[in-house]
Amino acid sequence: MKKSLLMSAAFLVGSSGLAAANSDLQALIDDPTQWAIQTGDYENTRYSELDQINRDNVDDLQVAWTFSTGVLRGHEGSPLVVDGIMYVHTPFPNIVYALDLAQDGKIIWKYEPKQDPNVIPVMCCDTVNRGVAYADGKVFLHQADTKVVALDAKTGEVAWTAVNGDPSIGETNTATVLPVKDKVIVGISGGEFGVRGHVTAYDMNSGEQVWRAYSMGPDSDTLIDPENTTHLGEPVGPDSGLNTWEGDQWKIGGGTTWGWYSYDADLDLFYYGTGNPSTWNPGQRPGDNRWSMTVMARDPDDGMAKWLYQMTPHDEWDYDGVNEMILTDQEVDGEMRKLLTHPDRNGLSYTMDRETGELLVAEKFDPVVNWTTGVDMDPDSDTYGRPAVVAEYSTEQNGEDVNSTGICPAALGTKDQQPSAYSPKTGLFYIPTNHVCMDYEPFRVSYTAGQPYVGATLAMYPAPGSHGGMGNFIAWDNIEGKIKWSIPEQFSVWSGALATAGDIVFYGTLEGYLKAIDSESGEELYSFKTPSGIIGNVMTYEHDGKQFVGILSGIGGWAGIGLAAGLTDPNAGLGAVGGYAALSDYTALGGQLTVFKLPD
Amino acid sequence: MTIRRLLSAGFASCLAIAAAPALAEETPSPDDPKFAAAYEEGGRYFTEEDIPTFNVAEDGTVDWLTYSGFRRYHAECHVCHGPDGEGSSYAPALKNSARDMEYYEFLAAVAGGIQNVNASENSVMPSFGNNPNVMCYIDDIYVYLKARGVGAVERGRPAKKEAKSDEIQAFEDDCMG
Repeated sequence: MKKSLLMSAAFLVGSSGLAAANSDLQALIDDPTQWAIQTGDYENTRYSELDQINRDNVDDLQVAWTFSTGVLRGHEGSPLVVDGIMYVHTPFPNIVYALDLAQDGKIIWKYEPKQDPNVIPVMCCDTVNRGVAYADGKVFLHQADTKVVALDAKTGEVAWTAVNGDPSIGETNTATVLPVKDKVIVGISGGEFGVRGHVTAYDMNSGEQVWRAYSMGPDSDTLIDPENTTHLGEPVGPDSGLNTWEGDQWKIGGGTTWGWYSYDADLDLFYYGTGNPSTWNPGQRPGDNRWSMTVMARDPDDGMAKWLYQMTPHDEWDYDGVNEMILTDQEVDGEMRKLLTHPDRNGLSYTMDRETGELLVAEKFDPVVNWTTGVDMDPDSDTYGRPAVVAEYSTEQNGEDVNSTGICPAALGTKDQQPSAYSPKTGLFYIPTNHVCMDYEPFRVSYTAGQPYVGATLAMYPAPGSHGGMGNFIAWDNIEGKIKWSIPEQFSVWSGALATAGDIVFYGTLEGYLKAIDSESGEELYSFKTPSGIIGNVMTYEHDGKQFVGILSGIGGWAGIGLAAGLTDPNAGLGAVGGYAALSDYTALGGQLTVFKLPD
Repeated sequence: MTIRRLLSAGFASCLAIAAAPALAEETPSPDDPKFAAAYEEGGRYFTEEDIPTFNVAEDGTVDWLTYSGFRRYHAECHVCHGPDGEGSSYAPALKNSARDMEYYEFLAAVAGGIQNVNASENSVMPSFGNNPNVMCYIDDIYVYLKARGVGAVERGRPAKKEAKSDEIQAFEDDCMG
């Protein structure tokens, strides 16, 4: 009853108001001297119009100033810059600093929340946080313990707080939030602890919860309309998030929502992806496990799903679908289309019509991807939109207690959350990738609330028969579904890319290098080794007429766990063990911001 | 019990030498009685101090618990402590912990957790005391890590293993419920 009242109230607001992004934030995004949102813009292009630093002078780049965050563990995300103030966040304990750009980064205010340290070990893969958001004079922080905090941007005073989840059952947060209109939209982490994923909207001014949409469960929980919500153009039918599960498994079904969100103000839809179904042992959860591993398009006013597309039904490899959804308007077969491009963990990059949810392209963005022969693109086929699974690499078909070997990509995906960039000048997507394969052995596990709920043994190693490195940085044509060029990297590229009008693309490496490359050719133009490995995202802004480029260093995250000691090749003979590079030989912990500029 | 006596008798002669404490920097030998199997019971191996331990045959065949520990470690522990007990950017290498800590100390850390939270550190090991996926296999994980710590088992999946004994199966069924 309460939910239906809430929903009808939201409908009224939605139908009477103009569909518009948050106008304050949109104006800041439109001004390239600011960096007002983690993703660069609502479309998630991570493209800047600034061109003072360009392909002809980027090799002169030098360090302008640095800032130590005082925290050691993995630093994801990036600072924001709004009206002369830089907002820098840290991993747990999730400190936020407001730095005065007019005074070499003098600290205007600092906010340090008090959080129960028991949240630390229920974060699956380090205590990362992907940054704060800004709108209407407030800075929004979503803490590790799932508390959402609105801070006064000028003073750091707390305007409101809301509690989004319960860490004692494994619900945590690593993601940023999306401010849209008068709401803040937030996700949740904890797929390895058997939580049930959801996305929730809070009122931007009061912090009141407006709606919540679960990833699985009855339609009243998932905010799916059986007739008007479509999957590849067809109505999904009643309780699709329930009848694709066996028994009550959906209640601990995963499908968490910790990735990057985008928003189209004209269509008034926001887009995000859902994560893996719990457990990692597919035999324990028969069915398609909807709507895990799904691209979602929802109405921000009431949360209702307009369309969705499940990329990896009944996941067998932990290929979370949470990666960024990049919105572009491009020509396809002579016709301008509103597109959504999503390079997924499963190794396929999807190009879709973001208005209708029509699937246009699904192609491998790493040639070593082998678990599928491809997606059925025939709308008349019974298996339309489904990936054809190769039996040899099916951990379900091989069964429990059987070690399936040589699966590409590994569970960390051909890419994880590290966000791509898109340049409208080249029409190319710049994608940081992993080039890692795995052995995967599922086995039976029992569920205990707040305890890991994994159920598989994994071994990972660099893609066999390739360049021996664990990553590539690629340029991707989302219409052709083809790799334009690929730069081999020794380690996975775990840093978010930035493309600029200066015809350059920036990214960081796990050894700690900030690199600039030519956006046309991929030629390396500049490289500088920062104090620690980079898993943060490159950002740019202008201050006093000068362009700056900023990057957070601080090794950690999944990469700091899996690659610290170096990988081994289980298929190599004795003596090859330890033959691969260990990250611990290159870098050590330490959070630091490095800001670059051209010489005066 | 008879097996135990027999095996300990065989080891008694070298006790005097091996009991000399090894330097901290040196990896102790797997043959050190602190680690070496003195007797077997129902497919499980024990040191002469009755502490669970690994057993690796001449041809590299590992005991069931060591193999099982490899699997359980890589499901429950490696998301923080890295592959093969090697440690991560923030969590210690457990192959060394299992080697250097006393068995009961190790058990207490897993069951109860550890907190190092201060100005420079935010490290928390959770308590796994009520998690059957960990506690029913704690000896498996312990002997696997100890074998890694003294170099008795290389990185990666052990190639050959002993069969799972009926006693171990019965214990598992009982423990997992």
